[in-house]
Amino acid sequence: MIELLDKQFFQLALIAALLVGLCAPAVGTFIVQRKLALLGDGIGHVALTGVALGFLTGTAPVLTAVAVSVIGAVAIELVRARGRTSGDVALALLFYGGIAGGVMLMGIAPGGSNAKLNSYLFGAIASVTTEDIWIIGALAVAVIAVVVIFGRELFVLCQDEEMARASGLPVRFLSLLIAVTAALTVVIAMRVVGLLLVSALMVIPVATSQQLTRGFRSTMGLAMLFGVIAAVGGLLSSTLSARVPPGAAIVLLALCGFVLALGVGKFVRRGRPRESTVSERSSMRVEEVTR
Amino acid sequence: MIDSAFSMTGGRVSLDRRDILRGIDLTVCPGEVVAVMGANGSGKSTLVRTLLGLTPLSGGQTLVYGSPPAKFREWWRIGYVPQRLAVGGGVPATVREVVTSGRIARQSRLRRTSPEDKAAAASALEAVGLSDRAGDPVQSLSGGQQQRVLIARALAGEPDTYVMDEPTAGVDADTQQLLADTLATLVLNGKTIVLVAHELGPLEPLITRGVVVHEGRIAHDGRPPRPEGDCARPGHEHVHPHAAEAAAGPLSGWQGES
Repeated sequence: MIELLDKQFFQLALIAALLVGLCAPAVGTFIVQRKLALLGDGIGHVALTGVALGFLTGTAPVLTAVAVSVIGAVAIELVRARGRTSGDVALALLFYGGIAGGVMLMGIAPGGSNAKLNSYLFGAIASVTTEDIWIIGALAVAVIAVVVIFGRELFVLCQDEEMARASGLPVRFLSLLIAVTAALTVVIAMRVVGLLLVSALMVIPVATSQQLTRGFRSTMGLAMLFGVIAAVGGLLSSTLSARVPPGAAIVLLALCGFVLALGVGKFVRRGRPRESTVSERSSMRVEEVTR
Repeated sequence: MIDSAFSMTGGRVSLDRRDILRGIDLTVCPGEVVAVMGANGSGKSTLVRTLLGLTPLSGGQTLVYGSPPAKFREWWRIGYVPQRLAVGGGVPATVREVVTSGRIARQSRLRRTSPEDKAAAASALEAVGLSDRAGDPVQSLSGGQQQRVLIARALAGEPDTYVMDEPTAGVDADTQQLLADTLATLVLNGKTIVLVAHELGPLEPLITRGVVVHEGRIAHDGRPPRPEGDCARPGHEHVHPHAAEAAAGPLSGWQGES
């Protein structure tokens, strides 16, 4: 493993894993709070068309993926904001279009092949180039900047949209911002875990962390720590054997962490004064619905 | 001239082609304590939401401190207490985090949470008697306690005007009394309060003006309604099997007065 650290491809892979581990859970915390846990999956589907478009036009697939997934994220947010039941179906149509468009364009593209398609669907962290790292790095800076600068407002928005409105926050802008930030995160994570597993790194570390924490800020911090551990740990475990795919290893490691936290969380909670049970919480939801 | 806190003229709202408000004229002056009352489905909640611009008007206009809600910039002057705590998708948030978020309209984007913000949140928590739960997740609190968190969140913002949507609904007697005491302090400090209520309970002595909404129109605007006859008995429980009767009942008593 020590000699691996000298190799450039491994260094690049390590940097990519670190950035993904930090960014995905940070954005994921807001998305999970907003009950949009599957947003990342949706954008991931759409991003595939972007990747294929890159191959077709000869531009860097990462850049075209950024463009297309941002457009997709904005479209998803606009459908969501209209809040009608048909939005559900409209989103589904967008996702299918994204995957089908991606596969079709990849087939037509001169350099396109199933192997390349697979590397984007399931990740190919070892093939990350220096150019990729520059783009991923810039996107990661943008994502963290959004979280740092707008975090407080995004917390209010995701916690209670009405309250955000009644506080004069730019609700539409913030909603688009969180969607676009999610799109950038999807592209960052695309090379590491693949488009089909992107969302896992946005959701699992957050789900793990909230078993152990009481506050929003602490949930986000711990989720970022878990994200980095899973991403780097998964990458390292894949060096043990060439047959271990890094993307899947990262996600499975994150899932193991979740199961572990579930047990530890039960133990931690026992000491708390009063915790509402799941059934109480769900009965509250029912009340809300029937109102 | 003192600006009115809220001023709606000819306010109409339709949702899904159903008329909810059918021409409302309502001006709330600073220092007033207004109870908006009415049967379920009368449009009382929609009325206060429209005052804040949360529900769009389909006709007429409404002003918040002299500006339409979309152009209003001094949102720190308004403290909104929604009906229920919207608990996010399971990411925990501590009571302190939620209460401190009430400061958002007073905070600037690039500045960190200031000592004043923290002090305001702490005193708001104390006012509702939840200081000892500050570090607990709001999700772990009972319904009445969550209601108190929402009130503390509005208090933390130190606004001029409070808008409360059914602050007493489904809340135990102790919490109602605590709310009444908190509001009494606000009234003493000259704050404006608009609250939606089905029943006033211990809030009754504080109310300076009662507005009764019936089928999207204002049916009574003036002295707060006092329970009469059977309804005044202590421990009496209101049962309103039919919305129309409920609205017509107390109304008949007032028409002579005004």
